[in-house]
Amino acid sequence: MYSKGFRATVAKFYPLRPPAGRDQNMAQDELIWRVAGGSGDGIDSTSQNFAKALMRSGLHVFTHRHYPSRIRGGHTYVEIRASPEKVQSRGDGYNFLLALGDSFARNPQDDAYYGNEEVKPLSENLDDLREGGVIVYDEGLLDVSEIDDFDERVEENDWHVYPLDLRGLAREQGREVMRNTAGVGATAALLEMDTEPIEELMTDAMGGDILEQNLEILEIAYESVKDDHEFTHDLRIPEHDPHDEEYALLSGSNAIAYAALDEGCRFIAGYPMTPWTDVFTIMSQHLPSVGGISEQVEDEIAAAALAVGASHAGVKAMSGSSGGGFALMSEPLGLAEMTETPVVLVEAMRAGPSTGMPTKPEQGDLEHVLYSSQGDSHRVVFAPGTVAEAYDQTRTAFRIAYEYQIPAIVVFDQKLSGENVNVPAAHFDREPNPDLGSVLTEDEIAEAAHHSSGKFKRFTYDHEDGVSPRSLPGQKGGRYLATGNEHNEVGHISEDPENRLLQMNRRLEKMENIREELDSRDETHQTYHGPEDAEYGIITWGSQQGTVEEAVDDLNEMGHSVKSLGVSGLMPFAAAEVEEFLESVESAMVVEMNATAQFRGLIQKELGRYGDTMHSLLKYDGNPFEPAEIVEGFEVQTDGDRASTAANTRYEPAVGD
Amino acid sequence: MSAFSAIGEEREIDRDEFTPGIEPQPTWCPGCGDFGVLKALKQALPEAGRTPDETLLVTGIGCSGKLNSYFESYGFHTIHGRSLPVARAAKLANPNVEVIAAGGDGDGYGIGGNHFIHTARENHDMVYIVFNNEIFGLTKGQTSPTSPKGHKSKTQPSGSAKDPIRPLSLGLTAGASYVARTAAVNPNQAKEILVEAIEHDGFAHIDFLTQCPTWNKDARQYVPYIDVQDSDDYDFDVTDRREAADMMYETESALYEGEVLTGRFYVDEDRPSYGQEKRALGEMPEEPVAERYFDEDYKWERSADLLDRHM
Ligand SMILES: Cc1ncc(C[n+]2csc(CCOP(=O)(O)OP(=O)(O)O)c2C)c(N)n1
Ligand code: SF4
Ligand SMILES: [Mg+2]
Repeated sequence: MYSKGFRATVAKFYPLRPPAGRDQNMAQDELIWRVAGGSGDGIDSTSQNFAKALMRSGLHVFTHRHYPSRIRGGHTYVEIRASPEKVQSRGDGYNFLLALGDSFARNPQDDAYYGNEEVKPLSENLDDLREGGVIVYDEGLLDVSEIDDFDERVEENDWHVYPLDLRGLAREQGREVMRNTAGVGATAALLEMDTEPIEELMTDAMGGDILEQNLEILEIAYESVKDDHEFTHDLRIPEHDPHDEEYALLSGSNAIAYAALDEGCRFIAGYPMTPWTDVFTIMSQHLPSVGGISEQVEDEIAAAALAVGASHAGVKAMSGSSGGGFALMSEPLGLAEMTETPVVLVEAMRAGPSTGMPTKPEQGDLEHVLYSSQGDSHRVVFAPGTVAEAYDQTRTAFRIAYEYQIPAIVVFDQKLSGENVNVPAAHFDREPNPDLGSVLTEDEIAEAAHHSSGKFKRFTYDHEDGVSPRSLPGQKGGRYLATGNEHNEVGHISEDPENRLLQMNRRLEKMENIREELDSRDETHQTYHGPEDAEYGIITWGSQQGTVEEAVDDLNEMGHSVKSLGVSGLMPFAAAEVEEFLESVESAMVVEMNATAQFRGLIQKELGRYGDTMHSLLKYDGNPFEPAEIVEGFEVQTDGDRASTAANTRYEPAVGD
Repeated sequence: MSAFSAIGEEREIDRDEFTPGIEPQPTWCPGCGDFGVLKALKQALPEAGRTPDETLLVTGIGCSGKLNSYFESYGFHTIHGRSLPVARAAKLANPNVEVIAAGGDGDGYGIGGNHFIHTARENHDMVYIVFNNEIFGLTKGQTSPTSPKGHKSKTQPSGSAKDPIRPLSLGLTAGASYVARTAAVNPNQAKEILVEAIEHDGFAHIDFLTQCPTWNKDARQYVPYIDVQDSDDYDFDVTDRREAADMMYETESALYEGEVLTGRFYVDEDRPSYGQEKRALGEMPEEPVAERYFDEDYKWERSADLLDRHM
């Protein structure tokens, strides 16, 4: 049952600001640029190029994408946070708004269900804009008189507003869609930043007239803003030196796909579903050129079954989906467990239940991923916390899957899937690993145990690590039966109790051995942050890790004593590390994006205690945590006087509190 | 040199090689039509020159799904309805393996119907045998997608309100390039059709009438059977889609009138298989991907070489 405090959600709105006490200089020394417009207006590519330009100029960047489940129209924005220091979350609020128009907005009508869409690129974005922030809006498409109290709010918050006719300019020079370029030019002028990296990127991506027109628009916008406006704002591009190493800007989806390619994965089967589609698309675009095969199939049952079939026949294979599609995969997933067929599945979570909120992140599929499919589940589950970890852990997932003949799942979410961050290029400069794991060659098969009738003993009982090596169809002397039924050493169906125990125990034993192997490695998949001797802890899993770490820094600066643990090893559970962490603190707050505290439940289940030392901070409104929310949640936890958290998060006290 | 030396091995093949020493006796009920499939298959493979080690027999769940417990080769007894997606991926992974999928009418036309449509549509180079006993055998005689309208069972006490599926027509419209019906009571024809199906380069769908004396009809109810190729009463061109469609319609309707028509109904030798289509597009390598993992000289591609676009 839920404890009482669980439902005590206070319906009061707290605008998000950097927490009091946070170093304002630090906050000033970063740009958080938000470009807002209509879905389908090219916001994505505009922002991606701008982020790259910032990265090339020597800044660290982090992007956050917000979009509706709609192809044309609907308010969407991308935020780019840029700083001379490493950035690991979207930050709190933002300080520069470029509001483009929504060219697919529906005509405003009284009481329209979707509100006044035309002004949304401006009106929807004001709440999070920091004091002293800059607003550039396209007066060709947006009319501030339609926003209540616009002027009062501008004054109250000391915002600096630059209305520009971006559309008009773009139209004059070429095409209306190029107003995005005009907006970027205006941004560069107002931030007094060099446009060279932007021009370089345009030249890389375009050619001919389109390039000429865009360059022209960029320059005109830049010059006219510089010449015609008096700058009243303080915000400038943060001062910085060039990077001292090479960086690549990529998302969690890129990282997962690249890890798969580097592990020799040459087969993928899938069915589109947001946000999983990203990984599927990236793989489908690269596989043909590396001699691999990608299959878009009739449904997710087929997708997972194909991955199992390809792997069974000797090709390293993967599939994946998001919640609903993953639900359809549960039978093939169980088949992989029972037949000990290696396979890697990716689960890109979005807000559920059912179709839920397709373009919004959530971590509500944890239990789904751990336990779906009948019988005692045994699978490997990793939840990477960052783009770099997504690469590392996907590689580990393949290695473990193929060595231990077990399904391995990489679970992440819409947030990590779509956010772009600069990662050292050297991170990817590693040897590929096409090894098939525990597969025998024909020579080895000839030496291996066979039934007197000539059938290969694929599932023999005695193995130190629980793994009985396999053969592949077409190999001489290796024939055996794979079946989802319980089976004996040659794979034939058997319900003999003694055999059942031997096979079941051997399969489960792999889990212990995998955990042992992972624990004995030099590098752990868990991520520690903050002073080791801190009094309090924050524990999280998956994509909230960077935000938690930023909150930990803020809290320590504010005088709290707190450290964090980001857990990626969900199954087999990283029990020793989590236990050690919990032992080292007074109490810990578990931060996760779901409503029923699934991860806290998992820790309790796996460790058998700590129910009275763990509190939860939960968020499930469709947006990821911001550092300030975690800071506030933590203060509520440690400071009994503060009544409640912001309206969009929920604090759940420890059991027995 | 291939890492799969069983493939394409030239040698004498004895049909006894296909009888597993570990489970030579099937546990099907006496008189079950499934014996007929097993027997025909054991004859067809040596005749088509295939050995146990180069063959992968993928089955679903049902009495029929037990086929690979009683047949010596590589086998994959999957889950209910999912033999086809497993089988076709194995074929893509290693096109040189002889892949045969098999399962019941419930398995293939009911729960796995979507996979049937799409695997046929894609024309994978494989054989698909549907044991059509017009009933759910293993779960004790419930009405299946091919049970006749009005069929009574424990779960349809008033008789089925549904018209049965038309399996041959479904195979044809979905895209199968070889469609045949044979019967357990006619093992010679069954063997010949199986050999043709194995040799056909594309998706070969065989609707195999298998009597289930325990829950449905016994063998006598499938005789006399008529081979539409041998009979003077039928004259149609198996390569002509329209004529084939008409003949299928007639055949499917006749079954419920007690007339058992069998034979080849549609054969399209010109249509490229899925593997050929994908290779033509550059979406599948010429060499089986499965071989590459054993090639010590292969230079595996690295993602580090893809990073330019991200810089
Ligand atoms: C997902 C799932 N649903 C139901 C079953 C139970 N089940 C096993 S076989 C079968 C039907 C068997 O009929 P058919 O496919 O025609 O095969 P037959 O036994 O007649 O050869 C059913 C419903 C199952 N194993 N899995
Ligand atoms: S129940 Fe029917 S189909 Fe199953 S083995 Fe017995 S006779 Fe054959
Ligand atoms: Mg049946």
